Amino acid sequence: MTQKDPQFTEDHGIFRTAFRKYVENELAPHVDSWEKEKIFPREVFTDMGQRGYLGMRYPVELGGSGLDYWFTVVYAEELVRCGCAGVPMALMVQTDMATPVIEDLGTEEQKQEFLMPAITGEKVAALGVSEPNAGSDVAGIQTTARRDGDDYIINGAKTFITNGTRADFVTLLVRTGDQPGYGSISIFLFPTDTKGFSVSKKLEKIGNHSSDTAELVFEDCRVPARYLLGQENMGFYYLMRNFQGERLIGSVSAMAGSKLNMERTLEYCSDRKAFGRPVSKFQTSRHLFAEMATRIEAGQRLAYHAADLYDRKIEAVKEISMAKLYCGETSCWVADRCLQLHGGWGYMDEYQVSRAWRDSRLVTIGGGTSEVMREIISKCMGV
Amino acid sequence: MKILVAVKRVTDPDARIRLNADATGIDMTGVEYKVNPFCENAVEGALQLRDAAGGEVVVVSIGPEEVDTYIRTGLAMGGDRGIRVPLEDENLDSDVVARVLAALVAKEEPELVMLGKQAIDGDNNQVAQLLAGYLGWPQACFASEIALSDDQQSAEVTREVDGGLEVLNVGLPAVISADLRLNEPRYASLPGIMKAKRKTIDVYEAADLGVDTTVKVRVLKLESPPERAAGIKVDSVDDLLGKLRNEAKAL
Ligand SMILES: Cc1cc2nc3c(=O)[nH]c(=O)nc-3n(C[C@H](O)[C@H](O)[C@H](O)COP(=O)(O)OP(=O)(O)OC[C@H]3O[C@@H](n4cnc5c(N)ncnc54)[C@H](O)[C@@H]3O)c2cc1C
Repeated sequence: MTQKDPQFTEDHGIFRTAFRKYVENELAPHVDSWEKEKIFPREVFTDMGQRGYLGMRYPVELGGSGLDYWFTVVYAEELVRCGCAGVPMALMVQTDMATPVIEDLGTEEQKQEFLMPAITGEKVAALGVSEPNAGSDVAGIQTTARRDGDDYIINGAKTFITNGTRADFVTLLVRTGDQPGYGSISIFLFPTDTKGFSVSKKLEKIGNHSSDTAELVFEDCRVPARYLLGQENMGFYYLMRNFQGERLIGSVSAMAGSKLNMERTLEYCSDRKAFGRPVSKFQTSRHLFAEMATRIEAGQRLAYHAADLYDRKIEAVKEISMAKLYCGETSCWVADRCLQLHGGWGYMDEYQVSRAWRDSRLVTIGGGTSEVMREIISKCMGV
Repeated sequence: MKILVAVKRVTDPDARIRLNADATGIDMTGVEYKVNPFCENAVEGALQLRDAAGGEVVVVSIGPEEVDTYIRTGLAMGGDRGIRVPLEDENLDSDVVARVLAALVAKEEPELVMLGKQAIDGDNNQVAQLLAGYLGWPQACFASEIALSDDQQSAEVTREVDGGLEVLNVGLPAVISADLRLNEPRYASLPGIMKAKRKTIDVYEAADLGVDTTVKVRVLKLESPPERAAGIKVDSVDDLLGKLRNEAKAL
């Protein structure tokens, strides 16, 4: 976020400048209408893909740029400038939630069929984990894939799936055996043109309006065994690893969004007068800004620390969970206080602070709730 | 066709700027630099001409090491190589810049020099004209459209002037300065940024280029514009007309 951090080189700076301009000119002006339409055009994926923005960390041979994690940090931080959290979330599902496992575990064939077109933006990706009856308790999923000759037959339902109404494939978590718990869980790459697949509902939400969220149904969907990702019954472990990147980028994005929100609120409060002076000049406001800035800085530093470990491939489950917990809670608090500082105008659609408030509510839930983060952290601590 | 295109860094136009202690310049603490927007149009214009006609785009900047990043950005957009001439901002005026560029032209022998029409910090709008004068080349300033002739010997340049558009036909080599309407500068793509890492930026000292770097313009003092006074409310149109006529003397 500040150019002075030594991990950001000249190249990160050039990318930040270019990508910020892209987000501000090509995305931000359309966000109000995308929020109303409750979706944004597919061309955003293809356009970003063409410019290399969707495959930064993936190898050059697959159409990526083979870059370090700090480029991803810049990407997440600048995306929030589009003025909503929905579009960034949809894009981050594409780049950092539904596809990293394919690079990790995929066969050459799987990478060509799924990962490469996701990098160019030709295929939209979704991650299918949560179900109507299993969210936090991932091992409680009930969707099954039953072996039948050279194929698997998939049955079940997924819900809350980002990009779900128009995904071309779903990185799908299923049960491949009778063992209860996490022992017989596997991941499939599931093309959505498979017979028996349907989008049963587009869900209405309190925020992240420009991102579509869907309920998916699988009825006797026959897929070839070559769509199994990695080894059978190892899916739970793969997913836990995949969650790390998802939670980390969510933390980075949450702090960048909070910072922007605070800056805009400060601008508003410097202009808005009450009792003959700018709202920003009341001591209570000044202290609140100081507190917000401090918590945002702390959250960002924690996320950067986790990012540094992640980038160096050092195990960081505890740090990433801490970042997700702290950044999530902080972004809700900041959004709430920023709305308060706007008074009645904060409750109106005219100011982005109301959208930020609605959108922020997701951060302590999606990708693992704050409660689940505390579970993981305490386990890491051995308590 | 070989095109030399110059870029300049300017203080962030969105930053709230203050004068430094002795009021000879801007206090740069907390203020960032950005590339001058007209220079981006010049780079884009140069790249489009090269893409159509073939050849090479050389991106040039004058300044300390930090300006390399603006050259590198031009290379990330598609420029072929870069040149930097190290001189400190406070030792520059439009004329020194024009003289340095003239020396680079003598060394590089491009068929075209492209510049932004002005830099949005000082808004001097002089370098292109001075450079054309030193070189004895035709100039077409404030270009909003450039069409290269088939034989690449001349360019038809539409320029925005007070009251309309003027179309000039300039023989090459020439100096063209870009207006905002010329194009929409591209965003550096990631492959572009990665390729730019391997492109060279040569550093040429002004002395080695044989340029006299004595400035002709020295900034003695800057002043902030006076604070705008609060407006007033009038009761009626007649009242407004009266004030415009008698107090503002605008009618
Ligand atoms: C907008 C949006 C987009 C989403 N996108 C996706 C997506 O693309 N793909 C996907 O797979 N999922 C997605 N999700 C689902 C998300 O990951 C889940 O909502 C989340 O993991 C929580 O699961 P749940 O909703 O089933 O809540 P539940 O698990 O039912 O939790 C209910 C409450 O119980 C608490 N709780 C649960 N277990 C414990 C415990 N052990 N100790 C203490 N408290 C506990 C929870 O913290 C929560 O407060 C999305 C959700 C939303 C809202």
